Amino acid sequence: MSGVVAVIDYGMGNLHSVASALAHAGASQVLVSHDAEVIRSADRVVFPGVGAIRDCMAEIRRLKCDQLLADALADRHKPVLAICVGMQALMSHSEENGGVPCLDIIPGEVRYFGNPLVDGDGNRLKVPHMGWNEVRQVGDHPLWQGIPDLTRFYFVHSFYVDAVERGLVAASVNYGVNFDAALARDNLFAVQFHPEKSHTAGLRLLRNFLEWNGQC
Amino acid sequence: MGLAKRIIPCLDVENGRVVKGVNFVDIRDAGDPVEIAIRYNEQGADEITFLDITASHEGRDTTVHTVEKIAEEVFIPLTVGGGIRSVQDIRTMLNAGADKVSINTAAIHNPELVRESAERFGSQCIVVAIDAKRVADVDGKPRWEIFTHGGRKPTGIDAVAWAVRMAELGAGEILLTSMDRDGTKNGFELGVTRAITDAVEIPVIASGGVGTLDHLVDGILLGGADAVLAASIFHFGEFTVPEAKAYMAARGIEVRL
Repeated sequence: MSGVVAVIDYGMGNLHSVASALAHAGASQVLVSHDAEVIRSADRVVFPGVGAIRDCMAEIRRLKCDQLLADALADRHKPVLAICVGMQALMSHSEENGGVPCLDIIPGEVRYFGNPLVDGDGNRLKVPHMGWNEVRQVGDHPLWQGIPDLTRFYFVHSFYVDAVERGLVAASVNYGVNFDAALARDNLFAVQFHPEKSHTAGLRLLRNFLEWNGQC
Repeated sequence: MGLAKRIIPCLDVENGRVVKGVNFVDIRDAGDPVEIAIRYNEQGADEITFLDITASHEGRDTTVHTVEKIAEEVFIPLTVGGGIRSVQDIRTMLNAGADKVSINTAAIHNPELVRESAERFGSQCIVVAIDAKRVADVDGKPRWEIFTHGGRKPTGIDAVAWAVRMAELGAGEILLTSMDRDGTKNGFELGVTRAITDAVEIPVIASGGVGTLDHLVDGILLGGADAVLAASIFHFGEFTVPEAKAYMAARGIEVRL
């Protein structure tokens, strides 16, 4: 039973696709909100994000979503899924917008892909990293259940996560550099790609999240 | 192995129906956009582009409704373009469920719209559509100019320089359509495709003129495009998306199978 899933809405862009993918994946109830009561009483929490990090961080702090997220993470029975800029916001600091301090929930940097970016053969790579790339799973995690290693997920971003504690890496991906596609710690799972836009593999990951008890 | 080249079926929609013209004139009906989008999603399309060619205001409401219905059923990226003139239009389409919005003529009239919308919504959702047409060579070098009104009205703007400027203003992607080729099934205009992909750091989608699977291959291997967009070869059942992907993979192109 998925129970109630709260999608934290801090006003940065459209969250309908996340909500509708969660519903499609089997969520019994999805609430898109920044209301403290809604998020506190939810059984699961999704922390999404699109747009520029400076504006995201400003809204997260203004709406006190940082505290709501910290409370959710402190409740080890409440699974939390962070997506894209939501994952980046968890880190210590981002290079975007001239340097922005982030939530520092997971120690690490959010770095720019660099310009020019080249692959192993010296071919130029476009930025943003936009499209379907192979995700290399690291270790076992309930959220990878039924998803073959190296399945492609949809990415769209110009900055990538580089966590300090390498033991937290749940998946990596290569685009000119190797970077963290997923991080896992306790009841938190964070992904750089967009499961809500990754067709059957993405829906499967969301279904796994809905069935997850928050334990690794 | 790494990032896959994308195949993007395009729905040209007029008054709620998918149509596809030859050089933007001769319109054929290809069906219901929601049904067609679901079909491409199931076939493994990497994204879907929805271009609204409806002229009337009443038709715009139909479009928003159609985008909402597609977004409820299709869990791959959806780009919506056609008639986008303001930040409010962009917001409306994003709220309806579009992941990216394509700006064309409005960017020509008001380039700041690209900057403003990229700052507000993020570059990742701002696509600038460029309709280019070959014009007289300058100093023996080929030149392409931006045309509006379905390729009838020249603007005098150099297509390559324009693409560079749009990227500087914050566009996350370029959708390049060759107006000489659109609807002709003679293949992409590879000269302008290559010139623009070489000139910008952001991804480029090649569009206009696909008639065979070799055209898709050429767009990637010769044109240097990051994604290829086609309409009629998919709508009228000549090829499926999996057939196109298998063909490209057999020619060494990395695709999502």
